[in-house]
Amino acid sequence: MIVEIFFYSALVVMIGAFFALLRVFFGPSVPDRVVGVDTLNTLIVAGMILLGAAYDRTIYIDIAIVYALLSYIGTLAIARYLQGGLE
Amino acid sequence: MIEYMIYTFLAINMIFNLLGSISLHRFPDVYTRLHGATKCTTFGTIFAVLAVVVHALYQLRITNDPKYLQMALHSVVALIALLLTNPTGAHAIAKAAHLSGVKPVKAVIDAYERKLEEGAQ
Amino acid sequence: MSFIIVFMWSFVLWLVLTAGTKGMLWSPEELAAGVIFSSIVAYSTKNIVGEKASRFLNPSKWLGFVVYSVGPLFWGMVKANLDVAYRVITGKIKPGIVRVPVDLENEAQYTILSNSITLTPGTLTIEACPDEKALYVHWINVTEPEPQSSEVIAGSFEKWARRLGK
Repeated sequence: MIVEIFFYSALVVMIGAFFALLRVFFGPSVPDRVVGVDTLNTLIVAGMILLGAAYDRTIYIDIAIVYALLSYIGTLAIARYLQGGLE
Repeated sequence: MIEYMIYTFLAINMIFNLLGSISLHRFPDVYTRLHGATKCTTFGTIFAVLAVVVHALYQLRITNDPKYLQMALHSVVALIALLLTNPTGAHAIAKAAHLSGVKPVKAVIDAYERKLEEGAQ
Repeated sequence: MSFIIVFMWSFVLWLVLTAGTKGMLWSPEELAAGVIFSSIVAYSTKNIVGEKASRFLNPSKWLGFVVYSVGPLFWGMVKANLDVAYRVITGKIKPGIVRVPVDLENEAQYTILSNSITLTPGTLTIEACPDEKALYVHWINVTEPEPQSSEVIAGSFEKWARRLGK
């Protein structure tokens, strides 16, 4: 059983994720691309939660939790690298 | 009644998530892009989670199936993780961008640059 | 002391994540596994967390956090998003980085205030300097280049941060 309304809103969120991906491709400077990746991560978490409700699978939402925490660590690591290491 | 509530939450979620990703293309530099990206996507995701929680609790009342209880609790945990990490990540990116030499475009004032120059002397 | 606090919080998180394994409640195997894993986590982080963690045991502070995030913070986020939506559509911006003097004591208060500022209208914290008691804030629509207090930017958030981070 698919709850359609959640499925369509997940689709719209993924269109937003596509725009963020365009920024990752075209971004003139490196921080621009990092901002794109950060937005992409948040949108993917939102999309996973919506898909979990659409397909009635709780496991998708578990993956969203882990993805949120791990992507945060990834963003921090890239930011540290950009500002030139650990001070 | 419950359906309309879910529709409203999902509509707010779609509008703000799309707005957040469009703001990446409308604004001229990293810092203003971060404004749009962080605020709008966090706000949109709050409403996505609210919609899922309302849906799950409604299904829990109808079917009495514990998997809907799990769905509601786990989405709330995901929301808390996102709310704690998102502003911090934005702050880290902004600081790293400034230290790596990206200047704010059309800035009226740049007090942080002045402070860095004073520190260098 | 920090062992007990970390153990308690990881066990609560485990209970939240495994609710509904037996009817609406927990099966005994899950509870036993939760005790074992929380002990491992608490033992391995007992040198990192430190003694200050005892402030997480204060129930009035939890209530304060709930009231703060449902009331002023959520209202600030609603205003912030309408503001950003307006600026995305019209493209009217006047950005700048300003120095905001604040009067806070410890790092928890700085964390709460900077995160609140990032989520509320038109502002984004770039750097917090506890040694000169100031925040550097990127402001999307600068109306006052050198603010004397955080009132213009954060409204009542500084008071809340001071109360919650004690």
